[in-house]
Amino acid sequence: MSRLLPLFGFLLLVALFGFGIWWNTGHDPHDIASPLIDQPAPAFALPVLGEPERMVDKASLLGKPYLLNVFASWCIECVHEHPILMTRAKELGVPLIGFNYKDEPADATAWLAKHGNPFDTIVADRDGRAGIDFGVYAAPETFLIDAKGVIRYKRIGPITPDVLDNEIRPAIAALVKDAP
Amino acid sequence: MIPELGQFALVLALLLAIAQGVLPIVGAWRGNAALMAVARPAAAGQGVFVFASMAILIYAFLSFDFSVAYVADNSNLALPWYYRVTAVWGAHEGSMLLWVTILNVWSVALAALSRHLPQPFVARVLGVLGLIGVGFIAFILFTSNPFMRELPMPVDGGDLNPVLQDPGMTFHPPVLYMGYVGFSVAFAFSIAALLGGEMEQAWVRWARPWTNVAWAFLTLGIVAGSWWAYAELGWGGWWFWDPVENASFMPWLVGVALIHAQAVTEKRGSLPAWTVLLSLFAFSLSLLGTFLVRSGVLTSVHAFASDPRRGLYILGFLVIVIGGSLLLYAIRAPKVATGKPFAPLSRETGIMIANLLFTTAAAMVLLGTLFPLIGDALNLGRVSVGPPYFGFLFVLLMAPAVLLLPFGPYLRWGHAEGRQLTSMALRASVAAVICAIVAAFFVRGHLRAIAGVAGAVWVGAGTLAYVIKRWREMPRGRRYPAEMAGMLVAHAGVAIFLIGVMLSESLSIERDVRLAPGTSASIGGYDFRFDGVAETEGPNWRADEGTVTILRDGAPVGTMHPQKRTYSRGQVQTESAIDAGLFRDIYVALGEPMDANDVQGAWALRLYHKPFVRWIWLGGLFMMAGGFFAAAERRFRAKKAAAAVATGTEPKASLA
Repeated sequence: MSRLLPLFGFLLLVALFGFGIWWNTGHDPHDIASPLIDQPAPAFALPVLGEPERMVDKASLLGKPYLLNVFASWCIECVHEHPILMTRAKELGVPLIGFNYKDEPADATAWLAKHGNPFDTIVADRDGRAGIDFGVYAAPETFLIDAKGVIRYKRIGPITPDVLDNEIRPAIAALVKDAP
Repeated sequence: MIPELGQFALVLALLLAIAQGVLPIVGAWRGNAALMAVARPAAAGQGVFVFASMAILIYAFLSFDFSVAYVADNSNLALPWYYRVTAVWGAHEGSMLLWVTILNVWSVALAALSRHLPQPFVARVLGVLGLIGVGFIAFILFTSNPFMRELPMPVDGGDLNPVLQDPGMTFHPPVLYMGYVGFSVAFAFSIAALLGGEMEQAWVRWARPWTNVAWAFLTLGIVAGSWWAYAELGWGGWWFWDPVENASFMPWLVGVALIHAQAVTEKRGSLPAWTVLLSLFAFSLSLLGTFLVRSGVLTSVHAFASDPRRGLYILGFLVIVIGGSLLLYAIRAPKVATGKPFAPLSRETGIMIANLLFTTAAAMVLLGTLFPLIGDALNLGRVSVGPPYFGFLFVLLMAPAVLLLPFGPYLRWGHAEGRQLTSMALRASVAAVICAIVAAFFVRGHLRAIAGVAGAVWVGAGTLAYVIKRWREMPRGRRYPAEMAGMLVAHAGVAIFLIGVMLSESLSIERDVRLAPGTSASIGGYDFRFDGVAETEGPNWRADEGTVTILRDGAPVGTMHPQKRTYSRGQVQTESAIDAGLFRDIYVALGEPMDANDVQGAWALRLYHKPFVRWIWLGGLFMMAGGFFAAAERRFRAKKAAAAVATGTEPKASLA
């Protein structure tokens, strides 16, 4: 009987590991469900980065879906995410709007000059008020907003090639399917 | 075309591994010599194709073949060639291929160096290694193919994680794998012995050199990993109780127990079932480590790839290999003879106590590593145990081991006499107390440092006393056989390691300072003068490089150049500058400029003065050397005739 003890101990471990795998597939550490999913995006009106007199608001972006990417020059993870935006954003087929969060315009411009600018338009949320409405708590974050201005997907943390292929693309594809 | 050849070679290797895993075992069972004879050629063939596959992956990296997704993800045009080789095992797919490659290094070595062993035994051992190969090659082919193409081909690739761009990383993974994959050999020997039912002591003698070499490699791998963490992560620490570190440390601890238990079983015939169980545990923990790192069940700074499919596959594989072997143990082990009886005061008892301490320590590390998972399972919320848990329990378990260690060589097999023990203990403890009192004056009341000196001197003096005793009592040429020399060197390593840990942990000074060019700060009797920051460039990075002049009593003793590198993909990485010395390290890490727009101005710097920190790794290297020395013991290179007598044909042959 005592010869079987190691085996039983091991089976307990296996049960624990099986549970671990099951738990991890259900719980992505980055996946903190946003109460904003399927809610209308908050209304905002923000100046364009580098052109403070030109304003972009929620209404002006209605009509087609877009990705809103929260970034900042002070954000370390953004640097990791940036190459993917640079190389892969074009193929998504939706505009990529930069949301420059709590940043000095000069720093942001310098950062973009250094790392490249993948964005179609960049709005500057210098004091972070619009960010609060969006529930931003750590850059980078990415929102997919549909043609009616409803948030359909949210990513907290950097976009990796996996996230792009397995989450963002399907989410965009689903929008196209839903569209009349 | 060439990468496809790599994949094709892997498929062929899989087929040969199946042949190697099935035919010889069936042959040994049926007594069919022709089937048993398949083992060696199949192992050689599998080796050739796996090595070819590895060579092709390396070639793909060296030739910038970005059409291979794995190459494109982990290297780019600016990456120097030596880091492109490192990149081969810088991520999941390649490191699994490295695993299989090393498994084949061991199988081929075993096939070549086992001529003196009886054929059915070799057939079973190689068969078990073949089956392990099947599991891993299939894993690579079905879930983690490094030769997957990416079309259209990107113009340039991504980057190897900059923390891995360090010379230490080039050889740390292969050496570490040499260690924990090497335990597969001891595992295979045990399985073969269980299958064969001929639980003679002989198999343990054959297994011992392999186990010692594997353990020595594992020691070196862990030392290299610790050194890398110290030099590269920029926190000045050398061990973090991180899940991935623990994954390599658990097999090491069980390995320590195993090499000692093997000695008992080989020489005295005692504890054979325990030795078998430990060999199963050592390799099981190696596999478990692979599972923990690769499945993403535990998140860690090291866990660069995770995928539930891979996790499930490895878990299934674990169930078959570990579950199967433990079941086999439960069925077959009772047949084992109980060996020679021994007195309560004997070397057997000493080794048994040490064995219990080391296996308990391994279990403690396992529990701590899995604790976050247990927390999830029992719905306790997000919990994890950190260095305080490990630090406290590990010291608690190892303190008795340190106290017992010097007695080891003095304890006689079977029945020891107390007289010699007390005289040794008296001398060593007097030495320890004197050194502790002297040390107390230097370290100004740091209790841990004093305890460290006392412990190290206790172990060192006890070991030295035995060296002297052998020198006096034995005739020239028979004083230190390789096995004993190995033991003594490894035990001396423990003393050196103790000095390193206890002194550097309690006497290190760390200071965060803000320095403008020309100003200086002082710690540990050294002045650090900051001479400003200049830009510099490497093959795939540019950096702000600080110049710090170290002065002692006003006279410069060295210049250090800590860097803050920005790699071509934008990742930032600090390169600390280390002025190494036998008695102290000076360590400078560059923080941030005080004003981002004025890199010529003041910077935040972190300065460390770490006495004796190098002894930690030096002690590890001594332990490693001990493992290699012991493996060279002449007795292990038994002649064919002697080995044949020792096995099944004459089951009661004496081996004393």
